[in-house]
Amino acid sequence: MRWILAVAAAAFGMAAYAQDVGQIKTTKGAVHVERGGQRIAAAPGMNVRASDKLVTGADGAVGVTFLDNTMVSAGPSTVFEIERYQFNSTTHDGEFDASLKKGSLAVVSGKMVKQTPGSMRVRTPSSVMGVRGTEFLVRVD
Amino acid sequence: MALILLFPATKEMVVVLPGADGHVGMVVVERGDERFILDEPYASTRLTSDGQVKLEKLEEQEVAASIERSTEPRSPFERAAAVLPGFQGAVAALPARPASFYLYFITGTDTLTDASKLEFERMLEELRKREAPDIVVIGHTDRVGAPEGNDELSLQRAERMKADLVAQGIAPPERIRAAGRGEREPVVPTEDGVDEPLNRRVEINVR
Repeated sequence: MRWILAVAAAAFGMAAYAQDVGQIKTTKGAVHVERGGQRIAAAPGMNVRASDKLVTGADGAVGVTFLDNTMVSAGPSTVFEIERYQFNSTTHDGEFDASLKKGSLAVVSGKMVKQTPGSMRVRTPSSVMGVRGTEFLVRVD
Repeated sequence: MALILLFPATKEMVVVLPGADGHVGMVVVERGDERFILDEPYASTRLTSDGQVKLEKLEEQEVAASIERSTEPRSPFERAAAVLPGFQGAVAALPARPASFYLYFITGTDTLTDASKLEFERMLEELRKREAPDIVVIGHTDRVGAPEGNDELSLQRAERMKADLVAQGIAPPERIRAAGRGEREPVVPTEDGVDEPLNRRVEINVR
């Protein structure tokens, strides 16, 4: 029984770990993460997951490093949603879909885009950006 | 300011920058049936409130002017944010780039060489700039002694560096992973039994 519990705990632990796709590295002012209807105050060291929405206040900013070393930072009054993120650290294959509803982003693409140009896509209200590398800025007013 | 007056009704904007290594990447912007390829430094698309998309190359002189006024070297991101409104906050929040450090050991021990002790101090300065670093330490050995003993020694080197980083307050233990690779991954391939200083090392990856 103890053994079964240990295995279940290990499996659960791994599943929870597998959901994490990146980590918040910097924050300034008001920043929160919307996850499953909850608002969680963001701080450096907090992990982010696919389907998280990052929201910054009028004085806010946040920077995230993802598993494949993609870096995304958001300026004030920004709503950025991670729609899908998958990365295989052995093959470097992956898919990254995100959307910028409003605000501003600075992006440095990572290993996934290096392996497969176009595997990162950022949607804005009007357009879709296919990222073939490497550094760019986006703003939605 | 001039840019705001020139383009009063920008709704969306994308700008591609030269990379840190000088290489310029590419962003393909698709809007309905329209497709714009941005593959030059400071190439940009701008959607205005009349529904038009303009493809333009931002004046490099304009971007360059912002560097001349500054005495510090600045990244393309910082240069662009200095002349384009609305990007300063995002650029300032960019995380530090992932980095790797290499430290070398006295033969058969987990004690750093004198040169690497200095390098360790320089590394600490870099790491202290990061609020929430994630660190992986991988230990290696030369080919003196048995492979099994080298597996142990390589892990011992990695664990020693981890302990030193924790003691310096760089990160808590759960944020530092230590692993040993024994003599399997030499930087300089050698015959068995060769005492190669460049192979007695740890690689420290931080992001």
